Amino acid sequence: MSDHKVEVKNLDLYYDDFHALKNINFTAEAKTVSAFIGPSGCGKSSLLRMFNRMNDLIDGTRFTGEVFVDGQDIYAKNIDVDELRKSVGMVFQKPNPFPKTIFENVAYGLRVNGIKDKHFIEKKVTEAIKQAALWDEVKDKLKKSAMELSGGQQQRLCIARALAVEPALILMDEPASALDPISTGKIEDLIFELKNQYSIIIVTHNLQQAGRISDFTAFFYMGELVEWDKTKTIFTNPTDIRTQNYITGRFG
Amino acid sequence: MTRKQLSQSIAFNSFRLVSLVVVSILFVILGFIIIKGIGVINWEFLTSMPKDGMTGGGIYPAIIGTLCLIAGSMIFAFPIGVLSAIYMNEYLKESFLKKLIRTMTNNLAGIPSIVFGLFGMALFVNTLKFGDSIIAGSLTLGLMVLPVIIRTTEEALKSVDDSLRIGSYALGASRLQTIRKVVLPVAFPNILTGLILSIGRVSGETAPILFTVAVYFLPKLPSGIFDQVMALPYHLYVLTTSGTNVVESRPMAYGTAFVLIMLVLILNLLANLIRRIAGKKTKMN
Repeated sequence: MSDHKVEVKNLDLYYDDFHALKNINFTAEAKTVSAFIGPSGCGKSSLLRMFNRMNDLIDGTRFTGEVFVDGQDIYAKNIDVDELRKSVGMVFQKPNPFPKTIFENVAYGLRVNGIKDKHFIEKKVTEAIKQAALWDEVKDKLKKSAMELSGGQQQRLCIARALAVEPALILMDEPASALDPISTGKIEDLIFELKNQYSIIIVTHNLQQAGRISDFTAFFYMGELVEWDKTKTIFTNPTDIRTQNYITGRFG
Repeated sequence: MTRKQLSQSIAFNSFRLVSLVVVSILFVILGFIIIKGIGVINWEFLTSMPKDGMTGGGIYPAIIGTLCLIAGSMIFAFPIGVLSAIYMNEYLKESFLKKLIRTMTNNLAGIPSIVFGLFGMALFVNTLKFGDSIIAGSLTLGLMVLPVIIRTTEEALKSVDDSLRIGSYALGASRLQTIRKVVLPVAFPNILTGLILSIGRVSGETAPILFTVAVYFLPKLPSGIFDQVMALPYHLYVLTTSGTNVVESRPMAYGTAFVLIMLVLILNLLANLIRRIAGKKTKMN
């Protein structure tokens, strides 16, 4: 047992013959934001997908090592993957709301987990939309299709959808990369708010963003976790020359 | 005009000409049937039995027969087709087996309908002893359109964006919940297209029903699924080639053709309407 929110021990991940992650050791604490940075194909998204077992869906994936969430080995035989995914929310690069109403999008996670109590669902949906800082914009059109929202609103709806099932951990895979600067700003403010209650791991290509919103930053390069530390340390005084080069824009 | 613009304009004008020819052929056929057929269409034609050696009366039993065959074949083929497509697309991984099934399905779609008729006669009429009956004809027609339904449903499922499936799994939904609540509602309008196509084929095919259900002349309605029926395409064939008086029943033949075309047209419009309404509800951005 460990009291870290997330703990990764000696993780090696392969997609068929491709060695995607090499001997990763990493921990994240509760109520912090960790940012994964690094050039494309460095393995940061692959690691993120280990935390809610999304890699299970990709054919030809194998790994060695251990991954713990709240002290629980999430790849143990007795783990119910659907339960795990309920407790580890995920927000994707491209907003992917369901072609349903705004209300039903947020209620979806509750419904598939067997909750039928109408009042409870209504309460949770309202709370989640408020938490995602979307309430004022959609409160009058909860019965309208989510497809009518703008890209930024859709992404906040996807965050609300993840929040409604009260996850222990939220994973974000470049959540703002498809959005305009104003929407990006809103998402960043939101992440800052959510930190008070949730643990967040975010993959981002935007270094300034990592610097603004994260407490810890991990730099990945060619499947290795080169170094991770307090964000301030990574950005001002990195140990590894590769990190330094990346931060200063010499490659990537 | 430059050379480039010239060749462009030649190309586009020939495309335009070709499509114009195609469309006008279609209209000529349609117009021909309408002009020749509409004269005999009246309430009596639609609702009475044929009489006077099929030179008079109506085609009521053939209309009912065709509707029975449409319903019967769809009850059989639609669920099976949709379920196998779901299995193929959502559960079965890319493998030799899947390729084999897909190749077989494609081949099945290319088999001439008369072969289905012979097969239906051998299996349903003789071996299973259903006799010439609605059930034998429906099963035969159902088998014939099964590949169409499987293929269009598979295409419909494939066109559902994977990010929706992933989003659903990420919220803790099981595979079955994801299919039921996300994939099927999105794919539904396109699945309906398969249904429309197959209804069109079922109502128009003569060969599969020739040896399994259709009857030359039967001036009464079926009382159960083991009864024989008249059917529009076969009735049309009978009226034009082997009636008691082919010349005198010619107007009846055009009337039958008209009704058959209208029936398919109305069913298509109906299905399109449902498709449009369902599509609006699940519209993607």
